[in-house]
Formats: sequence, structure tokens, C-alpha cells
Amino acid sequence: MSDFMRLEHVTRTFGGGALSTKPPIVAVDDVSLSIDEDEPKITTIAGESGSGKTTLARLLMGTITPSFGSMYYRGKDFTKLSRKDSWNFKQEVQSIYQDPFGSYNPFYKVDHVLETPINRFKLATSRQAKNTMIEDALAMVGLQPGDTLGRFPHQLSGGQRQRVMVARALLIKPRLILADEPVSMVDASLRATILDSIRRLNREIGISVVYITHDLTTALQISDNILVMYRGSVVESGAVERVILEPKHPYTQLLIESIPQPDPDNKWGDEPPTARFEDFDTMFGCKFADRCPHVMEMCADEHPPQFHLEQHRQAQCYLYRDEAKVMEDPDLATIFQDRRAELNV
Amino acid sequence: MVTTEQDARPDVASNADDYALRVEGLKVYYGTPRGLVKAVDDVSFNLRPGERFALVGESGSGKSTLAMAIMRLTREPGHIAGGHIYLGDRDLVEMEEKEIRSIRLSEMALVPQGAMNSLNPVMRVGDQIIDGIMDHVPPGEGTPNRTQLNTRIHDLLVRVGLDPTVSRLHPHELSGGMKQRVAMAIAISLNPHIIVADEPTSALDVVVQRQIMQTLGRLQEGLDAAVLLVGHDMGLVAQFADTIGVMYAGKLVEVGSVPDVFKDPKHPYTKLLIQSLPSFDISRQFVGIPGMQPALLNLPPGCAFNPRCPSVHERCFREVPEYLNLDVGRGVACHLFDEEAAN
Repeated sequence: MSDFMRLEHVTRTFGGGALSTKPPIVAVDDVSLSIDEDEPKITTIAGESGSGKTTLARLLMGTITPSFGSMYYRGKDFTKLSRKDSWNFKQEVQSIYQDPFGSYNPFYKVDHVLETPINRFKLATSRQAKNTMIEDALAMVGLQPGDTLGRFPHQLSGGQRQRVMVARALLIKPRLILADEPVSMVDASLRATILDSIRRLNREIGISVVYITHDLTTALQISDNILVMYRGSVVESGAVERVILEPKHPYTQLLIESIPQPDPDNKWGDEPPTARFEDFDTMFGCKFADRCPHVMEMCADEHPPQFHLEQHRQAQCYLYRDEAKVMEDPDLATIFQDRRAELNV
Repeated sequence: MVTTEQDARPDVASNADDYALRVEGLKVYYGTPRGLVKAVDDVSFNLRPGERFALVGESGSGKSTLAMAIMRLTREPGHIAGGHIYLGDRDLVEMEEKEIRSIRLSEMALVPQGAMNSLNPVMRVGDQIIDGIMDHVPPGEGTPNRTQLNTRIHDLLVRVGLDPTVSRLHPHELSGGMKQRVAMAIAISLNPHIIVADEPTSALDVVVQRQIMQTLGRLQEGLDAAVLLVGHDMGLVAQFADTIGVMYAGKLVEVGSVPDVFKDPKHPYTKLLIQSLPSFDISRQFVGIPGMQPALLNLPPGCAFNPRCPSVHERCFREVPEYLNLDVGRGVACHLFDEEAAN
């Protein structure tokens, strides 16, 4: 098994420098994970705003570096990459952003975003080869070249614009695509088609995908594994069906109960409590303690370790201290290992 | 479409006073250099006191335009081109701006989309609530003094689930959910009987969304106010609303109670909309609606949904379907039901 990217005990803080009066904000707190190349999977990073999911994605993208901990790209220390490795990294990791309009320059035709990467990475030798590449990529995401090429971004619908971005990511033949909330600004009726084209990239071309979202229903539809983040920590992770259909961590449970089900017979329960910062000092203990319905004394004293619940499954919660073993070296690679073989995909 | 008249809706004429709000044949058009855009075209519905009515549709279907028109907040180049909005026996369409101002907040209040942009960044929360009260307090009630206002702010913030000390803070010190709660506090400050909520949770997380919607529900029950919820999230509608109206390309294509519409959607668009919802049922493949909403400037002849409709037939290309009443409070605008409605 070879790791494409590997994060070991990565922490990222913002602010709190020597001259600052405020403590630093810990956006990502001691996260370890690896992205495996041999078995490309779709991994969801889920959490509310401020949970650190986008910071984690930016770390993977290489636009920010960890404050503590280490990060490896193909086994090499990320901070000491050679010029060539760094160039390869930029080609092999591509991203799709939330706002399908913000990614375009409104003065250029749509073709521009598709031609630029081909020119930059010298992917085609002739004009004709370039056109074929673009047309193939558009077909892969279910767009007709005639409907999209030669038009300006404002002439396309939000769904089409976002699918052109998927096609662009695809052109570069990356090994990893980071999709940061790719459908949150698109109408519900178009979400399915965009997510389906992302899933095809994974299943048919074998590209690993990190799907960042707060929408657990779509996570269940397209991904293999999931990490649930809360205030910078991965509170629960594992195979997506197990985590979503049988959540173990009280935060995951709250998150899943709160999803508005399109079923009038299956309504929300009582109003959940909001955070009570004053009651609890969550500095040292579990970060969810102030909202947790099962809170115990030990939760305030020390941050819970990762408990290994079952195969491919872990949760950061003391509720499972009797039935599960503490993971000595929490590593999501071992959790997710062989998932694909098991799923037979 | 003339079904909006009394003959088509017998329940309208007999007890008009029972409704908190009646919208009849409302048209909101935008004049653009390339022609007239009919953003809301001949829409009628009624709102009972205490009812939670949800308007759903894709972006561009005219749902927000309709909500703004009901608040009489339509801006140029838009204008109300016809129809009536009855609040009791007063027609809002006919009213002068001055009269409308006395109705806003005291009788009808708006919870805007994206509360983060609707609060004044340089004013403390408490002052913004006072601003609304002082500007819209009904003439009969007399202006409250500072002590009364402070008690009122304290009470309002507690009701929306905020700490009373929030009144001294500026908006940038609040989270998205807290700002939305402040916007709700302003909306209920003069006990309105109609609350128009335009996608009140569109930028919020699921947990915060649930807290906000449940708070809105609690406030609404306390005031016995009617709520008009505008949104595109069918899940939220199923959780919150009693009745639902589905909009497509400026027209109301289906109306009914939430259980009825979810169990037995009539219009092919509503059916597809419900099928396109992702759910926790892994066995079910979720599918999108093929094609896209037509440009309002260039609607296809006949039914606007005909290019995307799986049950399209020859008549759909010729005639615009009329809104048909199938039952009290249940109706659809689709040629598939022409015969059923005639019987």
C-alpha cells in the first residue's frame, strides 16, 4: 500500500502570534489521515461551519502548511519538496470550489478555463488534440460541447458551470480531487447530476476524491468513508453507512437527527440545546461537553482519545471506554484499509 | 387563468374574514431592455391565521419576488402589474407607501434571507430593535419610553433564545445563527400576525437550521401568526409547514397540505422534485430533474414545464394549463387533471 498523501498529528492554528493578546484559534487539532493511491476512494469530511473542514482541505491542497505535525506527499516531507515534486503535486491535486461563478473570469469564454490547464501543463501537442481532450472531458461530466463551448460563464446555469469545473479538474488527470461543498450553491434538482459526475471520476477513472460537506445525505449517496469534524477534531470516522445509519458520537447523532427529512411523518424531536460556554470549560476536556446530553465528569477533565469501536470505525467519546480499546496511534489509514475490496467495487 | 374568481374557489367568498391574507391573481413583472419578465404570473392563494404555508421552487421560479411583493418591497424595474393582496378587507396593492409603513412590522413582518447582511454593522443590536419599534409602532399605542423599551428588548431576546446581554453587541460579534435570531426578534417586536420568512436558514448548518426553525415555530404559535416560508429545501418544508405551494416559472403549479403533496404529488414537476431529494435510503438511486428551467423571457408555448415533463402530450404545447381545484385547499395546474377536475 502506498500513501499518496499522509498527515500525521497535524494541527493548524490561526492568530495568537507573539504580539497578539488573544489565544490562537485551533482550526485543525491533531488530525492524522492518509489518502491511499492504490484503492481510490471517496472520503467525506463533514462538519458544521467552523469545524475546520475547509482548513483541512486547504492543508491537503498545500495552500497552507501545518503549525505542528507532519505532512507527506508520496512519502516525501511536504515542507522540503523539490521544485519538480512541487510541480507534480500541483498537477496531481485539483480542487472544485463552492461557488460555481466565482471560479470564472466573467470576461473570458468558458473555453478559457479548460484551455489554460492544457497549455500550462503542456498536456496536448496539437490544436486538434486539445479540442479532443476538452470534448472528452465535457462528455465525461454529461455536457454537450456545443452547449457549453464558446459561451460566457453567465450564459450557463449554475449546474453547468459547476460541471465544467469538474471537467476542468478531470482534464489535468489528477490523482486527487478536493471538492469543497461543490453542490451547496446549486439547486437541489441539479445536485444529483453533479454528484454523479464526481462519483464517475472515482469509479471509472480511479481518482481519489475528498468531498467536503455539511450535507450528510449526499455524503451517504456518494462516499465510501467519512470523517465527522467538530471544532477541529475528528470526533467519529469510519465506513459511511455505519457512521450515518448508526452514529455513535453524540455530536454525529445530533447532526443526523437535525437533517430535515423530506417526510412529514418523521419530524424533528425537541429543540436541541445551544452551546453553553459559561457552564463548561472545554479548554481541556471534550469540545462537545457543553452541548452533550450524555456529559460526564471525566469529559471536562481530559480530551477523550480515539476509541476503536469495530473494524473501520472509531469515535472520540468516553461513552465507549468500556467496550472499545483506545487506539494507541490513531491512524485512519488502518481504519479505512481494504474497504474497497470489502465493498466489491 | 380566471380560476381565481369566487366561482372556482367557493371557500373564498363565503368566509373571506377567516383568512389572514388572500392573494388573488397577483402579477409581478420586471421591465427589461429585452422585454417583460413575468416573474410572478397570476398567482392566488390564501393564508389562514396560524397556518404555516411554504412556497417552494427552483431559483428563478419567482418565489422570493412573490414574498417581496406581499411585503410591498418590489423594487424597480419590478412592479405589481395586477391582482390583489388582501389583508383582512384592505388591499395592499392599492395602498399608499405611508399606509404600508404603518402595517409593516406591526401587522406583517419579514425575516429576510441572509440575516448577516440585513443588520446594520455599526449599530448595537438593542438599538436596531428600538429603531424598528419606534419607526413602526402603531399610532394608537403611543411611543414607549426608554425603560419600557429596555424591558421589551430583554423580553424579545429571551423569546428568540438569546442572552439579554446580546443587546449591547454589534452584529460582527455574533454567529450566523445568532444574527438570524436577532432578525427574528426584530420581526416579532410588534406582534405581527403574518411573518414572511424568505429562506431564513439558507446559509446555516443543519443543527443551527433546526434550532432556528423550531424557534420560529415556537414564536409563531405564541403569536398565533401565519407564516409564509419561502425556500427550496423540501426537507425543511416537510418538517415545518402545514401546507405547500410549488412554483414553477412564475406560476403556482400545485397547492396542498404537506402530507397530501408528499404522499400523492399531482404535478409531474412536484413528483420529480420529491424524487430528486437525497435520502438515507441507500437502495434508492436519487436522480436529478432533466433539463433546466426555461428563461422567463422566452417561455415555451403552452405549459412552461413541457420541455422537461415526462408525461407531456400534444395539448401541453398548445394551451397553458389552468389552475384546477381538486378539493378544498388542493389544486394543480396540469392538463393531466383536466378531466378529473371537470367531474
